[in-house]
Amino acid sequence: MSDARIPLPFHEAAPRALDDGQLRRNLANVTSSIREKRAAMTSEMPDWEALRDAGKAIKEHTLANLGHYLEQLEASVTAAGGTVHWARDADEANRIVRDLVRETGTRDVVKVKSMTTDEIHLNEALAEDGVTAIETDLAELIVQLAHEPSSHILVPAIHKNRSEIRALFLEAFDLDPSELSDDPAALAGAARRFLRERFLTAKVAVSGANFAVADTGTLCVVESEGNGRMCTTLPDTLITVMGIEKVVPTWRDLEVFLQLLPRSSTAERMNPYTSFWTGVREGDGPQTFHLVLLDAGRSATLRDEAGRDTLRCIRCSACLNVCPIYERVGGHAYGSVYPGPIGAILTPQLRGAKQDGELPYASTLCGACYEVCPVKIDIPSILVEMRRRTVHKERAESRLPATSLIDAALRGAAVAFATPRRYEAAQRLARIGQAPWVRKGVLKNLPGPLAGWSDARDLRAIPKQAFRDWWRERDEKQEMDA
Amino acid sequence: MSGKDARRAMLDAIQAATEGVRDDDPAAAHAALTRPYRQVGERDAAARLDLFEERLVDYGVDVSRLHASDVASAIDEELARRRASKVVVPLGFPEAYGVGVGARERLADDASPRELDAADATVSTCAVAIAETGTIALDAGAGQGRRAASLVPDVHLCIVHASQVVAVVPEATARLEPAVKAGAPITWISGPSATSDIELVRVAGVHGPRTLLVLLVTDA
Repeated sequence: MSDARIPLPFHEAAPRALDDGQLRRNLANVTSSIREKRAAMTSEMPDWEALRDAGKAIKEHTLANLGHYLEQLEASVTAAGGTVHWARDADEANRIVRDLVRETGTRDVVKVKSMTTDEIHLNEALAEDGVTAIETDLAELIVQLAHEPSSHILVPAIHKNRSEIRALFLEAFDLDPSELSDDPAALAGAARRFLRERFLTAKVAVSGANFAVADTGTLCVVESEGNGRMCTTLPDTLITVMGIEKVVPTWRDLEVFLQLLPRSSTAERMNPYTSFWTGVREGDGPQTFHLVLLDAGRSATLRDEAGRDTLRCIRCSACLNVCPIYERVGGHAYGSVYPGPIGAILTPQLRGAKQDGELPYASTLCGACYEVCPVKIDIPSILVEMRRRTVHKERAESRLPATSLIDAALRGAAVAFATPRRYEAAQRLARIGQAPWVRKGVLKNLPGPLAGWSDARDLRAIPKQAFRDWWRERDEKQEMDA
Repeated sequence: MSGKDARRAMLDAIQAATEGVRDDDPAAAHAALTRPYRQVGERDAAARLDLFEERLVDYGVDVSRLHASDVASAIDEELARRRASKVVVPLGFPEAYGVGVGARERLADDASPRELDAADATVSTCAVAIAETGTIALDAGAGQGRRAASLVPDVHLCIVHASQVVAVVPEATARLEPAVKAGAPITWISGPSATSDIELVRVAGVHGPRTLLVLLVTDA
């Protein structure tokens, strides 16, 4: 994978996103609305926590026995008339798909939204052969027409408003402005007409997969619009690209994930459409089926005890919607297919580009992501561990001094916080020492290396009376009154 | 040749990565996993049907409750209301219900996608339905048709028998298991297709049938 595909590092991209008022309004709107709905949909389930525990346990078990289940999946899919391919990295996966598409002789491929094929940049690879891959998910189509990457796992076009979308459609579908309003229903209708013809004529579809059942060889795609059903049903050939971590042992295991995923993801009791297919079915659906199993950093992540849990992720995006950082900077700032808290730990492991080391710092460690994760990935702990590794690595490469002002400050803090008496003494000292930098009750323009911190944050000055002093005074007063 | 190399290399890497954590007998370890969530719902049959109907209505589905003897006339009525003149009737669709299609032009479910696109509606049965999530599951069994048949036409009229309605998801997956093991394609439908991709405004009906009608047969 060439570095040219890797966009701006987070510390450069984030401030740009923060300056975009439209983006921030859209993001706040989307994240808060999905957050509320998700909370309602999960709290009505009396066994939600039990489902989370089961989801975690099944994924943990599967990952521990991943080799066994992948071989089993290969055998089942093959027995059902499908062909299984193994791809160590993105280039290998792209080459396999390009060859398969070339064999069919088609120039047009319809695609179901798939993060895995975004991750490997499959569309660009197909374009090298003159093959056009049309994204059929409405939001993916919008960002494809705008030549932009998605900004949210679930709603990739939340950074676009209706008038921008109308302008894109007018041009792409070759419509007269009088033929299309900016009403979302009209826009969806225009996309339906445009894509219906593509579905009816496409020879080849490319999809991802939400799950694959090892013992039956059954693939599963979860969706809302029906484009997934179209793509997995109408074309002659179906090519599914799937990360190796998506396998589950048995059909029964899906009873857990199909309850966890829609409520966590779109905050629905169930998503409108879920398609399951097993190899090839005579006279029904694609008569040629290929499954490409993609590693691309996953087995390396599996080897890492701290990072392994990341592979449990079912790509629901609940952690994005609760993240105070994501809510403000949006998906593009993370410079990866996988944004938000899960992206901050997944991207450095799967892609491992130099700049990805700063992604684990794009977090306040508030823990909200862990609270909502349907498979209980302890994202905050993994973030801390990855920060630790970044520091160690940078020290080993002498990009960071062996010891720094931050270490000294943290060591100082450890001393000060160790006993109540020390803490109060430090507070008294700080109250006196802060005077030159207090502006309207806020600490501003701190000196030296602290400037970087105070420039971007409002730290309240230490008040004249601390809570502890007030409490003590109150007790004394009450005693006197008594 | 290189495909075999990739396979071997990936399996070796996974084997090394799972050293010390994998089970000697994965199937036994899997069977021992605890499933502390609800396996069956607590509602009685009447409450189950009420909930199923409530969920469907919530998704914007037209639901009617009726007796088996009234299904044919209800089909005729609904098709007339939608001005459907060309109707897909899958193989194995109960003839007692099918008479409701009447003299309208009939298409078999193995019609080409292009022919299906010209049809106005599809009538079908289903395999199982889930009350808690308002889901209808098709497993390509008799009367349900090939997948394209319930997908391409703009109206899907589905007959659900009360005995097919279970309370929770695990009951449905258990009922579907034999079909899955036999290699049948399965489709879960929970309301008509929808998108919220434009400014989070919910638009019902994108690519699947924009109208989903359910006839809930209470005495079957």
